[in-house]
Parts: sequence; structure tokens; C-alpha cells
Amino acid sequence: MMKKILKNEAFQSLFASLLCIILGVAVGYVVLLFINPTGAGEAIMEVLKNFMHYSKTNLQLKNLGGTLVKTAPLIMCSLSILFAYKVGLFNIGAAGQYCVGICASLYCALSLGMGWVPCMIIATVCGALYGAIVGLLKSYCNVNEVISGIMLNWIALYSTNMILTPVKEITSPYTFHLASDAPKAILPTMGLDKLFAGNEKVTIALPLSILIAVLVLIVLEKTKFGYELKATGFNKNAAKYCGMAEKRNIIVTLMISGGIAALGASFLYLTDFEQWSCTSSAVPAMGFNGIAAAFLGGLNPIGTIFSSYFIQHITNGGAFVDKTMYCSQISDLISAIIIYLCGFVFFIKYAMNYLIDKNEEKQALKAKALAEANTQEGGDK
Amino acid sequence: MLLLLQYTLIFASVLILVALGGCFAEHSGVINLGLEGIMVIGALGGALMMRYAPDGFGAFGIIICVILAAMLFGVAYSSLLGVACINFKANQTIIGTAMNMLGTAAATVIVKAINTATNPNDVSSTIQYVDEKKAFIVNIGSFEFSWFMAVALIGVVVAYIVLYKTKFGLRLMACGEHPQAADSVGINVYKMRWAGVLISGLYGGLGGICYILSGVSEWKFENGVAGFGFLALAVMIFGQWKPSRIAMAALIFGFFRALSNVYFGFPLLVSLEIPGSIYNMLPYIICLIVLAFTSKKSRAPKAEGIPYDKGQR
Repeated sequence: MMKKILKNEAFQSLFASLLCIILGVAVGYVVLLFINPTGAGEAIMEVLKNFMHYSKTNLQLKNLGGTLVKTAPLIMCSLSILFAYKVGLFNIGAAGQYCVGICASLYCALSLGMGWVPCMIIATVCGALYGAIVGLLKSYCNVNEVISGIMLNWIALYSTNMILTPVKEITSPYTFHLASDAPKAILPTMGLDKLFAGNEKVTIALPLSILIAVLVLIVLEKTKFGYELKATGFNKNAAKYCGMAEKRNIIVTLMISGGIAALGASFLYLTDFEQWSCTSSAVPAMGFNGIAAAFLGGLNPIGTIFSSYFIQHITNGGAFVDKTMYCSQISDLISAIIIYLCGFVFFIKYAMNYLIDKNEEKQALKAKALAEANTQEGGDK
Repeated sequence: MLLLLQYTLIFASVLILVALGGCFAEHSGVINLGLEGIMVIGALGGALMMRYAPDGFGAFGIIICVILAAMLFGVAYSSLLGVACINFKANQTIIGTAMNMLGTAAATVIVKAINTATNPNDVSSTIQYVDEKKAFIVNIGSFEFSWFMAVALIGVVVAYIVLYKTKFGLRLMACGEHPQAADSVGINVYKMRWAGVLISGLYGGLGGICYILSGVSEWKFENGVAGFGFLALAVMIFGQWKPSRIAMAALIFGFFRALSNVYFGFPLLVSLEIPGSIYNMLPYIICLIVLAFTSKKSRAPKAEGIPYDKGQR
């Protein structure tokens, strides 16, 4: 029974992810110890506690809501990376596609005065088209998708700064508040805000993102389309030989991946939780954290829901550390270490299987020896 | 005009150094996507050295110490890539990306901790080096010659000689083309790949310190290095993995990067009334176009990106 669980693929993934988390947090703790040994334990607890920092239930719920608002776009970003990774593509351009999503949804809301549904749809389409550039370059010009993705991230960042400048406040670099200038574009809450002590930033974004996670799972595992995409990822030439349009598959994959990331951006920016700063000097970290969440979730759409929550949980928790001793970037450090360790997941699984097999072999030998000894004894009698 | 030349040369020097780093790693068979992180850590090493170097060193002493510190930090950090990708056969793309994030996060945490320790009200991630920077610059008329331009030139020559004229370089390249064949004639592939990765860390760290000394006299480590590590990889691809061509390619990219710094000095360009953001985008757009035309007939090392498995022949 025990052996069956240990050999189970899903259990091994879960075990490997938990091991990565534990090691990541431990390394973070060691770093804190180096900086200032007196408050290290407390600081790491603050990172892990996040909203439980407050003692009142009301405040706790409100802050849990705040974490969940940012979890929805993170789930989308990690789904975007996961979807492309299943087809053998590393879509690091998700950060840029996310940025394009911000640009499209805020421009449509603030400048064109659209409602939330068209805003979301246009953002998705823009993100998909932006992703298609990477796909076209990859399939027709053989450009490494990581390098073109990074270049497009920077282009997206500067374009967004330029396009959103007309809709920013005169005195600050931030764009207008949706609540005052475009209330139509704010996502409906459908009563979800009541669950989180009246935190009205909690909207339908969260259930929608979970729904999309399930959709991605179904498309990848249960449809012919998903099967073809995965086949292309395993071996491009074999897929071509079997009559699949491998070039089209690569482009379509990156379009879907880009669309998901951009939709995630509208999930956050159409709640008016954050405004875009038109002097930003780097793309939002959301797309890169998505990489962490996707790998930590064992590359399973349902797993990413939990891993996204965890990554966002510690990122928000970073805000609660004692600023006189440490800085909030300690949670960035922990998530970066977790991604690094996720590179070892295959090794961890290999080692587990190796140990189990060796153990089995040993027991089999023992049993055999015992059986032989028994028969010999029997023969003597 | 002179200013444009000066910025072109200094940005080209950064790109040359980092691209040569990538070139060594890829010739040994490892794709080093973590160059950006290596640059940040190398810059951190150099900046810390400038901050803590005693005054009595003299200009030459400071240059040597800062360069050595940057190289040392780069090499040490690149060993993270070596352990994961050579010994544990991890996915090189994931590890490279993780190293980029880790580099910026770690540098920010370290610098903030140092700043806060010296002055509790200082929570910035900035290191200043106004005086130390002067050691690296020689004024020739109104042209500011930076010693890093010379370092980059030496770097190209050394890379060319090592790769093409020594036993070591030819063996290194064999490991990137066909590691099994290299192994069968007694070359230790793991050792060669380690050498490639460590040399790339050395060049990357050097490029990092060169980048933060390229114009400004303080650096905010939260910002990282603005995609220069990836631009350098594009330069490497455009340069077809050959040191001399990499130098040429770097000059072209350096020119466009410099243009975004100094375009307002040209009445003609200002009169076109193109927004500044366009100039900021220009190097990245050029890079995409160049890659689209050069990647098709790529002369990449054949075994790059594939972990070497002794049992697989």
C-alpha cells in the first residue's frame, strides 16, 4: 500500500513541490539570519503568516481578499506558461503579453469608455495577437522563443507607457481610477465581496480564473486538439509526419497562451485594485512569478491554483516583515530559489524511484533467500 | 556626435563581453540564459568593491580590484548553473530564468541590508560610486575613454585565441558539437562543460560591472540590467557564435542603444518629433528583425541545450 502511494506520479509531484517549498523557505531563513540574526525567525513567520498577521477576523478576511485579488491574475499567468510548456515552448513572453493586456483593458475602459465585457475580450485578443508574433517568429524564422519573448516584453512595456500617457493623472504618473472615471468597466462582484468582509475588489475574476484552469485541463487532456498540441511538443517532426500542421500548432499555442496572460491582466486592472504607472521601468513581475507557480504546481492546471495562491501568499506576506531590519524583496528571493529548485524536480523523482526500486530488489532477494533456506530445511527433514 | 560614438563604444563593450560569455557556454554545450543574473551579481561584486576599497589604492589598483571582484562574483554565481545543468541534468531554460530572478532579488536584498545597517533610514537599493568611477575614465579632448573599451578588445582577442588556437578551445567546442564523440577520444565532457560555464560567468560578471559604469555614477539594484543579458544572446546569435563577428554585431546593437541615450542632441532627430519611448524600444525591435533574418541558417553548436548522458550513445 505504502509503496503504491510512493510510486504514484501525482504523489511524487506533490512531494517534490513541498520539498522545494521547504528548502526555499529554509534558504530564505538562512539569508535572514545572515542579515540580522535577532529577528530572522519572526520575519520568516510574518512572510508565511501574511493576513494572519492581524488578530481581528474582519481584517484577516479583508486581507485574505486582497491576496486573492492578485491570485487570480497569477493563476492566469501560470496557466499561460503551463499551456505553452506542455507544447514544448517556454513562453517567457507572458510578462509582455500580460502588459499588453493591461494596456488594452485600461485604454478601452478609460479612453473609449467601454464596459467590462468588451474590455476583457479586446485585452484577450490583443494578448493573443502579441503572442502570435512569438509563434510566427518561432515557426517560420526559427527564432528562440525565450529571446524573442524577452525583446517583446520590453517593447510592450514602452508601448504601454506611451499609449496610457493620455489617460494618466496630471500630477502623478498613475492612470485614472476606474471607480471615478469608468465605473462601467469595473468587474461585478456577484456578492463575493460579502464573503470577505466587504472587500469589493474581490470580483468574479477569481471564480473565472479557476474555471479557466479547469478548461485548460480539459482541453489538454480530453480533446483531440490538445493531444495534437502535445504531440507537436514531444516531437515536431513526428507530428508533421503524422499529418499535423506543426507550424500552425505552435502559433495557435502561443496565441492561446498570450490570450490567457492578457485576460489575467484585465482580471486585476479592471478591479481598480492597482493603477498603471506610466513611468514604469520594468514589466510587472506577475508574468515571471507565473513561471514559479506553474512549475511549483507540478505543471498541472489544478495544481497551479494552489501554487499560485502560495506564491502570492508569501509575496504579500513580504510586506509584513520588520522594515527596520529586512526588506520585502525577501519573498522574491524565496520564490526565485523555489523556481531554481523546481529544476531539480525530475532528479528528485528519479531518485525516489531509484530508492524504491533498490529497496524492492533487496526485499525480493531476502524473500528468495528465505524461501531457499526453508526448502533446504524441508529437504533435510 | 562624439557623445554618440562614446556611448556606442561603451554599450558595445558590454554586449561584446556578455555575448562572449554566452559564446563559451554554448560552445561547450550549455545554453546560458542566466547571463542577465550573472551580470547583476558581477555588478554587485564590483560595486561592493568600489564601496569598500580603501582610498590608498590609486586608480590602477582600483581598476584591477574591481574587475577581479566582478569576475569572481560572476564565476561563483555561474556555478549554480553548472551544478544544476551539468551534474543534475536539469532543464537549462528553467534554471537560467530562475538565475535571472534570483540575481536581481539577491542583489536587492543584499544591498538593502547593507544600506539599512549603515543608516536605519536608508531603505534604498542604491550604491553610489562617484569618485571611484573616475578611475575608469580617461578624458581625451571631450571624448571619455573608458578602460572597459580596452578590456572588451582584449576579451575578443583572448576569446579568439583560446577558442581557435589552443587545444583546450578545440576540445571545448567538440563537447558542444558531439559530446559522445569527444568522450570516446578521452575528453572529460563534464569538466569541459564546467569550464565553459565558469568562463561564461567570468565574462558575464565583467560585462555587468562595465554596464553599471557605462554612464551613471550610482546604481539601483532593483532595476536589474534591463534585458542586456538577452540582447547579448541575440548579438551572439547574430555573430554566429564567432568572436570576431560578435564584436561587429555588438557595435551595431550598441549604436542603437546609444541612440536612445543621446537622440535629443541631434536637431534632425528631434525635429522628427518621435516620442522618446520609440527610441527606447529601438534596440529591441532591431534585435527582433535581425534575429528573424539570421536564425534560419543558424550555426549553433549542435548539442547545445542537451544534458550529456554518458549512457546514451
